[in-house]
Amino acid sequence: MPDRGATPVPLVAGTATGEVLRLDEPLSFWGGLETVEGRIIDQRHPQVGEMVAGRVLVMPFGRGSSSGSSVICEAVRAGTAPAAILMAERDDIIALGAIVAEEVYGLVMPVVVVPPEAFEGLETGAMVAVGVDGTVTVSPDAGGPA
Amino acid sequence: MTLRLETRDEARLAGAEGPAQRLATRVVTRLATAMGADGLLDITGAHIDSCLYHGQAVLDFAHRLADDGARVLVPTTLNVSSLDLLHPEHARGDPEEARLSRRLMERFEEMGCRPTWTCAPYQLEVRPGFGEQVAWAESNAIVFANSVLGARTNRYGDFADICCAITGRAPAAGLHLDEHRRATVVIRLDGVSADLLARDVCYPVLGGLIGRLVGKAVPVVDGLEPGVSEDRLKALGAASASTGSVGMFHMVGSTPEAPTLEAALAGHEPGKEITVTAADLRAARDRLSTTSDDDLRTVSLGTPHYSVAEIGRLVELLGDRRVADGVAFYVSTGRDVLHEVSLLGWASRLVDAGVSMVTDTCTYFTPIIGDVTGTAMTDSAKWAYYAPGNLGLEVVFGSTEDCVESAVVGRVVRDEGIWAGA
Repeated sequence: MPDRGATPVPLVAGTATGEVLRLDEPLSFWGGLETVEGRIIDQRHPQVGEMVAGRVLVMPFGRGSSSGSSVICEAVRAGTAPAAILMAERDDIIALGAIVAEEVYGLVMPVVVVPPEAFEGLETGAMVAVGVDGTVTVSPDAGGPA
Repeated sequence: MTLRLETRDEARLAGAEGPAQRLATRVVTRLATAMGADGLLDITGAHIDSCLYHGQAVLDFAHRLADDGARVLVPTTLNVSSLDLLHPEHARGDPEEARLSRRLMERFEEMGCRPTWTCAPYQLEVRPGFGEQVAWAESNAIVFANSVLGARTNRYGDFADICCAITGRAPAAGLHLDEHRRATVVIRLDGVSADLLARDVCYPVLGGLIGRLVGKAVPVVDGLEPGVSEDRLKALGAASASTGSVGMFHMVGSTPEAPTLEAALAGHEPGKEITVTAADLRAARDRLSTTSDDDLRTVSLGTPHYSVAEIGRLVELLGDRRVADGVAFYVSTGRDVLHEVSLLGWASRLVDAGVSMVTDTCTYFTPIIGDVTGTAMTDSAKWAYYAPGNLGLEVVFGSTEDCVESAVVGRVVRDEGIWAGA
């Protein structure tokens, strides 16, 4: 299946805006994210302590336990989830957490597989808007590192 | 790729079988779309991990389904929870969390799931046959179902497992399909002594190493004597699904889809070939320990849940000796296995020797162990991998023999002889 095609693939469709947090390494949400504030707590992750709540999380793919789905769903429920998650590959654990949050709570966190060039261009600190078709627009005046 | 649905799926989405069936079908079809599947397939059984409480979202989801009258359509077993219902005296956790955990467990029983409370459903009397499509959660059970039974399941988890059970349907993707079950990585052993290969301890160590080497690929282990036992394959699989994300492995001459190397590769060239040496195994064993402190306080065996044969081996190793004062010794197993070993008189022998039997849960995430200072010892690579992070204790990995000898003398002792050539 063409995960890295030229057009974005929304696994969960919706709109969002926010500041990009690009992860240097994949994150396991189970054991890696606390959902009271929405911070990375995996001590082995290089960005431990970073706040993901309200930011557009950019990561190549997910890692770790399938219990990650319930952590994501819980974060969406609690209002501490990322504004959106943008990935380079499909990840059913992440998608499932967002699907159930929408089905049960009616809260939408877009999850999008972004084409390679667009994915590479997403730097931490950039302000981006995610469209319902999965397109990602970078705001020209607010880019650059945080 | 567009998802093609059958008439009955469409009817359920339209609400023909009520709101619970509609919700479960929506989740399964949306998951299938997210995975890029082109359809759904029928399953004949399920094993559920969503019954382990870790937060409000899973409980809300279970309430929603159970309140709407959801019933599972296929025989469904339940994984460990965070409570030992048969031995409540073990409980040391927060009472409010225990109440919510119990409520979650009840909701799954109401939906028609069997209260088996084991992470080793393949040790129950009825288990899936070769080629059966199932939806199993729990990483060690998934790898066992695919690899040892030749049943077919993807790596399911929270929400997906119960939705598949309610609908009797699963996304036609991943390890359900022939093309994703063939091995892409060949693992060969070089210079590993016959003595080490004849020991149980070799297999969890090899599994831990394989998980690290292959990630989520399907490996085939070549060059071992055929007929490796189920308990050894179980330990290897559980370890590989902890250090990596292995959902299936082959072992030539021991697993059903690998009568030959060529069969495991399904006629393709391997993407990668890796040679494992005795030194690699020795290093992998060393990585499973976090301390060299020999001040032993805890021994924990049975991750995954011990089988009847493994408990029998423990009884034999202990003989008429007792666990030393100051050492807490836990063995986790399923309630069905406990029943069987009780009838054999083994459970009471172990309890008399100072062993605590734990059922329905596991000691690596449930607060059962009272003293997390000093050193804990285990023969499980999975326990060694997770317990230090979950419980904040230090661990030494050893063979079952090492664990028993250490428990009897009250400090860590390991037979280094079998690793000497490594």
